Amino acid sequence: MRFALVGQPNSGKSTIFNHAAGYKAITSNFPGKTVTYTVSKMTFQGTTFEIVDLPGTYSLTSFDLAELETRKYLLREKVDVVINVIDASLLSRELELTIQVLELNLPTVICLNMIDEADAKGINIDEQKLSQLLNVPVVKTVAHKGWGVDQLFETALAMGLKPVKSQHLTFSKDVEEVLQGLIEQLEQKGYAKKFKVSLRFLATKLLENDQYFMSEIKDIDAQFLKIIKTHQDQLEKCRDRASDVIISSERHHLSMDIYESVVAHSKPKVELRSYLDNILMHPFFGYVFLITVLYLFFNFVFYIGNLLEEPLLDFFYQFLPYIAERLNRYPLLLSMANGIVQGIAGGIAIVLPYLFPFLLGLAFLEDVGYLPRIAFLMDTFLHRIGLHGKAIIPFMLGYGCTVPAVMATRILESERDRFIASVLTTMIPCAARITVIFGLVAFYLGPKAALFVYILNMAVIAIAGKILSRLLPEVTPGMIMEIPSYHIPSLKVLLAKVWLRMKEFIVVAWPLLIAGSIVLSLLQYWRLESYLNMLVSPITLLLGLPIAVGVTLIFGVLRKELSMIMLVQALGVTDISLVMSATQIMTFTIFVLFYIPCVATIAVLIKEIGGKRTLFAMLFTFLIAILLATATRLVY
Amino acid sequence: MIVSLADVKPGKKVKVARIRGGLGVRQRLSCIGIHPGDSLIVLASGIMRGPILVSIHGNKVALGRGIASQVLVEEES
Repeated sequence: MRFALVGQPNSGKSTIFNHAAGYKAITSNFPGKTVTYTVSKMTFQGTTFEIVDLPGTYSLTSFDLAELETRKYLLREKVDVVINVIDASLLSRELELTIQVLELNLPTVICLNMIDEADAKGINIDEQKLSQLLNVPVVKTVAHKGWGVDQLFETALAMGLKPVKSQHLTFSKDVEEVLQGLIEQLEQKGYAKKFKVSLRFLATKLLENDQYFMSEIKDIDAQFLKIIKTHQDQLEKCRDRASDVIISSERHHLSMDIYESVVAHSKPKVELRSYLDNILMHPFFGYVFLITVLYLFFNFVFYIGNLLEEPLLDFFYQFLPYIAERLNRYPLLLSMANGIVQGIAGGIAIVLPYLFPFLLGLAFLEDVGYLPRIAFLMDTFLHRIGLHGKAIIPFMLGYGCTVPAVMATRILESERDRFIASVLTTMIPCAARITVIFGLVAFYLGPKAALFVYILNMAVIAIAGKILSRLLPEVTPGMIMEIPSYHIPSLKVLLAKVWLRMKEFIVVAWPLLIAGSIVLSLLQYWRLESYLNMLVSPITLLLGLPIAVGVTLIFGVLRKELSMIMLVQALGVTDISLVMSATQIMTFTIFVLFYIPCVATIAVLIKEIGGKRTLFAMLFTFLIAILLATATRLVY
Repeated sequence: MIVSLADVKPGKKVKVARIRGGLGVRQRLSCIGIHPGDSLIVLASGIMRGPILVSIHGNKVALGRGIASQVLVEEES
């Protein structure tokens, strides 16, 4: 049996999913974080079933990529029960999606989530009446507290065992007449089977000028487009408005009617958090607060990381002389053992101390709901580089890892915006590069130098954005974004999220770090690394770096942290400042920061923006890296 | 008097009269709950032609300046 979670963005689908499946999907407090679906198996009361977390969608008319994904899934895959998750505090708006879901004629259960939020707003919903009006079961939940979730699955399971197909609601009489006329025409053509969708759903979408269905029909039977047009005209004649507006306002009125008849209003609670935005989104204090938050965040990561890095490194390096003593008769084994220790030490002592506090801080900002506020404050500046405020969300996520950040560019509406944002995102120092900045620059040159790297990075991204938007002079469609209420995140959810993101480092990157270190040891043992260094020598010579650094730059394309961890090994010292000057450390960091994205990023870029544009992104960032690093060599 | 939403001072309550612009803008606004006839309150206006923050049906929505100028509103007293 398969359940699919469908609902508007930020209604709590992923929270319910995680409650059932263990923490597998990232939840955050901003609309549109789920861009692709996640499937998991779960057992509930002895029955095993599949649960699918679909991206949030405002409507089932196709426009943005995440929304298309949801609709494609609903139309093509076999779904036994649709669980329509509704943010109860926004009931009137969320019902507009429900009306479309009911048109699909699939067994449906409604989950009225965030009942606590609705109560706080003074919206008291009579769920029995709602269930009667919609003809489907309704369950109230507060998913983040786990309240009502068991009952939701019980209801869904019962629906799955004894399926009852949902029934559509009816529009005004004149609209219904036109709709029925079109349904008859579609029936004669047998389109219900062809599209595997209810005729009513298809007819409504065609009257709304849905791009996907229109082009499908054009391919099958171009003549039929005329029939559709006649019906659209007929509709427009009765109301004197565009047919898509008529259908959407029908849905709007229908949901307002339902809302009025099931909701009793009481006095909303006065809460401190509703006044927070007066300061946090204030045209002056908002920015003061933003800068303070980012500054504290930076110091928090630096403080924790610095506290742990040195003692951990000392701990691991104390084994080196011991190993050397034991294995000095077996030079090959010795160099391999050294490689393993360096790889393990690099992972635990250099990467983790910075990664953990960073991811924790980012998760906190996400779950509290601060990211949309940053988007609001930054909109005007992002317009100057040809994007709009929402682009700040992939950028912020980029400080964690570039791969999900590139995927998050899907929240942007136009292809051009997604392309520019993807290219710029690859230049944002991800957690791996943060360890290079902190582990090298902050550690050897001090926190001020590290802060300088960040500021320089932002300036470069702004200039690069300006250049790209000059090359593609299309106007950005502008920002329309919900600003969700603040939530106090639970520590458990925060830690689960940090763990989900760290796991990627521990199971994918760390073995690679260890393997990379061993490979480098072997290369050094057979004196092969000099060939690789020769290959990269044009770059290292240009930048005035030690030749031995070359090999680390090659490995860095696999994983950015490899560059730094292998640096220790390639140079054969534990204290890098003995062999590299401050200028060289800075030049190296700047180069590593910008040059070619890592393999995983390249793969996701190809998927999101295509091969040619990915190649452009690689060359573009490489050029920036060379220019900046050369400049650093000369100026710093 | 009908003015564009982009020109409304924070704190004012207005009623949406008409939405200019094509299918895309119209649909995106209707999805987020802004339709002709709806009342909304302007909460904040960003500096340097920044976005407009409005409260609609008890929900906060940020609209870029370009989008806001497509929304024509009538001031309510």
